[in-house]
Amino acid sequence: MSETRTGTTRVKRGLADMLKGGVIMDVVTPEQARIAEDAGAVAVMALERVPADIRRDGGVARMSDPDMIDGIVAEVSIPVMAKARIGHFVEAQVLQSLGVDYVDESEVLTPADEAHHIDKWQFDVPFVCGATNLGEALRRLTEGAAMIRSKGEAGTGNVVEATRHMRAIAGEIRKLTTMDETELFAAAKEHRAPYDLVAEIAETGRLPVVLFTAGGIATPADAAMMMQLGADGVFVGSGIFKSGNPEQRARAIVEATTHFDDPAVIAKVSRGLGEAMVGINIDTLPEDQRYASRGW
Amino acid sequence: MTPAPVRWSGRDWVPGERLSGRTTAPEFPADAPVVGVLALQGDVLEHLRALARCGARPVRVRRVADLEHVDGLIVPGGESTTIGKLLVRAELLEPLRERITGGLPTFGTCAGMILLSRELDQEAPQPLLGVLGVRTRRNAFGRQVDSFDTSLAIAGVAGEPMDVSFIRAPWVEEVLDGDVEVLASVDGKPVVVRQGHVLATAFHPEVTGDDRLHQRFVDDLR
Repeated sequence: MSETRTGTTRVKRGLADMLKGGVIMDVVTPEQARIAEDAGAVAVMALERVPADIRRDGGVARMSDPDMIDGIVAEVSIPVMAKARIGHFVEAQVLQSLGVDYVDESEVLTPADEAHHIDKWQFDVPFVCGATNLGEALRRLTEGAAMIRSKGEAGTGNVVEATRHMRAIAGEIRKLTTMDETELFAAAKEHRAPYDLVAEIAETGRLPVVLFTAGGIATPADAAMMMQLGADGVFVGSGIFKSGNPEQRARAIVEATTHFDDPAVIAKVSRGLGEAMVGINIDTLPEDQRYASRGW
Repeated sequence: MTPAPVRWSGRDWVPGERLSGRTTAPEFPADAPVVGVLALQGDVLEHLRALARCGARPVRVRRVADLEHVDGLIVPGGESTTIGKLLVRAELLEPLRERITGGLPTFGTCAGMILLSRELDQEAPQPLLGVLGVRTRRNAFGRQVDSFDTSLAIAGVAGEPMDVSFIRAPWVEEVLDGDVEVLASVDGKPVVVRQGHVLATAFHPEVTGDDRLHQRFVDDLR
């Protein structure tokens, strides 16, 4: 074997490829992480409060306590992700030093910079970032993100925003594939993204990285719908541990994500799940509590 | 025996396939070997594409019925604990093990190597196919920040060393059977092993575009 290279774009994007078809679950304790792994999660997102509680408590939401992240890393053998605030490159440095496998530069936490996202090329640890549309996804890729998730509206248990963002990204990609050269130059300006990246997507018909869905997924059918809309996998935040029977719901969402095109399987796993999280209508959310609008 | 038709668009859509909805099905010669890719979770698409490039007709395996027409099988990269649990829940574990021990040529990469192994170097139990006589250690090279690209000479692969990615990769801690061949090692730990018709790599040949191992696997099916 010759020289080895760590932190390459290929191994960063490659880990996300290995998560495809899977469910990544928000957990706040090692016990919840154990439940998630036993249910078949492909990774866990370690954080101090799930988005529904961040909404309830208000205040500034930050990176989790390193002790808490260490506890979860020690508990499970699957990859562990953790959130840093938008633009907070020191939180990201800390998370990298703790050995987390992916950093989520997340709008669910309170942004630390209102103009700049983290320069993700400076890190060996890969980053996942949220996007509400194609332009936002491409800007994050330009900054070095190795995985994209549609934002949805975290902590609401309402899938409508996730649907909107998945349809926006997939629809805009479809539009690019029908454009001629001249139109692609204009499209790059419109999306505020580099021309080369826009041209590549017009050619391949997909993002050059894995695209997951997040924000508001609460049921097996929600997860399967996102997969049918073109997601490579799903993040479930408050939807599992804010429900009546987390073990069973977590398993059910895992199976529905694998068998996303088999309604009989989705029906089977949806039976007797108990109460889903209550949920919030997006119309009733004040503007300053809409997390999806954070990020630029 | 007519292989099940492969559709590349519409409802039979693969996670990760293009979102433009305009994919056309590639053409395969009638005598192309049919290779199943276990498609419960992981980088299924990369294997489907590599197989198509090598002239095999790829099919996804998610149910027992999907196994009927396959001439060979790939167990992809992914999360081995997740795939193992889904194998049990889909009642695929036993039928798959039977087909493989019955002689179905099988190729596993990364998580696939783990799932094919007879034993794991860990306390926690997880479902395994157990068709390869090795004891494997998961995440042996460390966490994601330790994942790496390198080039690796592999016995039986002609030409330049292969360009490979090790992503939270396992290695073989101990070879358990006398007829297991070690085809490549890193730091003295086997990372490519073969036992009869079962081949496993700790790295991901499917993400690099270096198709030589896939090509050999497909050629051996003809």
